[in-house]
Amino acid sequence: MAVSDRELAELVQLRPTQTLDAFKGVKKLPLEEFFTSGHRTCQGCESSLVMKMMVKAAGPRTIVLGSTGCMYVANTTYYSTSWVVPWMHTQLGSSGSAGLGTAAGLKALMRKGKIKDEPINVIAFCGDGGGADMGLSAISATLTHPDYNVLILMYDNESYANTDIQLSGSTPYGANTTFSPPGKLKRIMHHRWKKNMAGMMAAGHPTCRYVATVCMSFPVYSMNAVRKALSIGGPTFIHSLDPCPKGWDYDPMLSHELGELAVTTGIWPLYEVEEGVFRLVGKTRDIADGRLKRLPVRDYLLKQGRFAHFTEDDIAYFQSKVDETWEKWLVPGVIPFKKQIEEDRPPA
Amino acid sequence: MTEALATPPQKQLAADKTSLITGSEAIAVACKLADVDVITAYPIRPYDTVMQYVAKLVSNGELDCEYIVAESEHSQFEIVKHASAVGARVFCGSSGVGWMYAFEALTVTPALRIPMVAMVGNRALDDPGAFGVEHNDALAVRDLGWQLVWVDSAQEALDTALIAYRVAEDRRIFLPCAISCDGAFLTHSQALVKVPSQEKVKAFLPRYDRGDLLLHPDNPITVAPQVNEDWLMEIRRQTAAAMDRSPAVIREAYADFERIFGRSYGNPFFEEYQTEDADVVLVGMGTLSNPVRVAIRQMRQEGKKVGFVRVRWFRPFAAEELAATLGRFKAVGVIDRDFSLGSPYRSGVLATEVRAAMYPAPNRPPIVGFICGLGGREVTVPAVREMTESVYLAAEGTTQPGTKWIGLRE
Repeated sequence: MAVSDRELAELVQLRPTQTLDAFKGVKKLPLEEFFTSGHRTCQGCESSLVMKMMVKAAGPRTIVLGSTGCMYVANTTYYSTSWVVPWMHTQLGSSGSAGLGTAAGLKALMRKGKIKDEPINVIAFCGDGGGADMGLSAISATLTHPDYNVLILMYDNESYANTDIQLSGSTPYGANTTFSPPGKLKRIMHHRWKKNMAGMMAAGHPTCRYVATVCMSFPVYSMNAVRKALSIGGPTFIHSLDPCPKGWDYDPMLSHELGELAVTTGIWPLYEVEEGVFRLVGKTRDIADGRLKRLPVRDYLLKQGRFAHFTEDDIAYFQSKVDETWEKWLVPGVIPFKKQIEEDRPPA
Repeated sequence: MTEALATPPQKQLAADKTSLITGSEAIAVACKLADVDVITAYPIRPYDTVMQYVAKLVSNGELDCEYIVAESEHSQFEIVKHASAVGARVFCGSSGVGWMYAFEALTVTPALRIPMVAMVGNRALDDPGAFGVEHNDALAVRDLGWQLVWVDSAQEALDTALIAYRVAEDRRIFLPCAISCDGAFLTHSQALVKVPSQEKVKAFLPRYDRGDLLLHPDNPITVAPQVNEDWLMEIRRQTAAAMDRSPAVIREAYADFERIFGRSYGNPFFEEYQTEDADVVLVGMGTLSNPVRVAIRQMRQEGKKVGFVRVRWFRPFAAEELAATLGRFKAVGVIDRDFSLGSPYRSGVLATEVRAAMYPAPNRPPIVGFICGLGGREVTVPAVREMTESVYLAAEGTTQPGTKWIGLRE
């Protein structure tokens, strides 16, 4: 006999969440800040903007766990914390476990009447090194638990930026990092393609109720993604692409523009997977629907010093790979199963 | 163990029940009695039997906790660490290289002043593989702020788990505690255990109150910021001070335990067996106490005055008290079920600690180190007799104190 949804709900006993309606526009955002002054992030740091907007979207009844990385080291210098909400450090690979443990502790204490019963948001964040590399196993495990309300947010500045810009599994092809410097023999030291973290989380974790890719160049959408993830409950995942002046080597005033270009060149598709339902969002959707022409990746690459060693061939290769994600992938930019397989080998 | 005498319980509480259970099950029962809130499991032999018992208690509705099967030991320990930060009483555990896989989490747990209680089902470290007992797993964290205790019976395992919560969660301490149970010899061996009533446990163990360190929107603190050279030493010193306070809190807990449960462990830090008139003594930890006691009874019949000191609390280490005790004898043999390669006199960890403890003492008898029973190899009665012979020779001054491997095929 099959287990009904109601019976599963009894097994899981998910706690109620806060109801966080979508913000209706940038002018309707609350003025109150929960991530304030006192941090030491670089000029033009988009990841610190992610922190500010993330917790503004979540509100005061929130606990934030932060794994090691820029957003730990730069934000919590002793005696000058920038966090207004309770915040705790967790180990580099532990964002998944930190969120799970915090949510489990709250759930047990509330059920047993040891603390006041109320919905408290739990957000665990990690960088791309802590998430897509070291923390993958713990995040994956957490996304399989239907029992706990926890959002894992990965801020992806595409390198281990806090330790001196070393390449991560999330660094784009060919980028110059301190672990992949172009040299006389090898112009391209880093020849791995960027890991598709959000797609992997969505495709591999049917229990995960909400996955989104965001970019703070589109702040209202990004904040509403946080609000949706926290409201929908269960384990959820958001992947944010954050231009990084130090790691990407560009003038800090270009941070927002680069975020936009990542989307309009089709390198960074914006999408949501809500209760298993997939939809492209914003300018990504415009590109897919033919309302917006996808810009050449050259416009994005050549603004960044990390690609300054690229030859025309390198740019062409990068463009061809991005084209492939749009033209040949089963879901553009998301699922790297190629449609060609069906076309080339029709069923007998 | 000196049996219960003296002070009866102050008021009449429900009586104990006697059960035939293993060391692992005894600790699972302690988790139930302590009303633990969050427990995380991950399989590795031999400790994992405790989680099998916990899982049954949960599925039968006897233990109300969040029971999470993690995807690695690292996550296992990180999950409960964070649950403890929001005020939950937690339990965790591991064995051998599983414990080592969690090492990063084990490192930050005392530094964050998290009063986690963990069970180590002591197991040999890989490679090559061996399921049996060695103490190197638990000993690996000896410098980090974990309170470490070794037990040698299922009864002591249950009682010590309750004491561990009481000590770890004391606001003066807030340091984790690991209970070492020898793999197989204790984790898998059944014995009759007096299981105390919930009422008694409630009288003994107050609620875990994280106080001003609680992570909650009503207490919006920032935990574990970057301090660098400005503050690290001061904060480290605070953790050290907590460990320094631990002996007094352990004494209080054992005294209260005796008052409420009517069972006494005497000196909490180490147990003496037939030492009153002894010429020489052996020192060791864990279940090797069983063959040692048998051998001592045999040797006593032959007129040899041999005693045994079983170290319970390795951290905090009762150095002065142990040195004063060991100073009474003509020679001391320290049995290590562990190794410390390249250490002074090629000794195990316990012998090295005992030598360090003895240095300022007025009476410093010769100390012989023994390494035996590694990988779960049995420590036999003849092996104990062989070690005792060496200690007698050291007492006579005919051998140089050093380290001998016992029961080894050459």
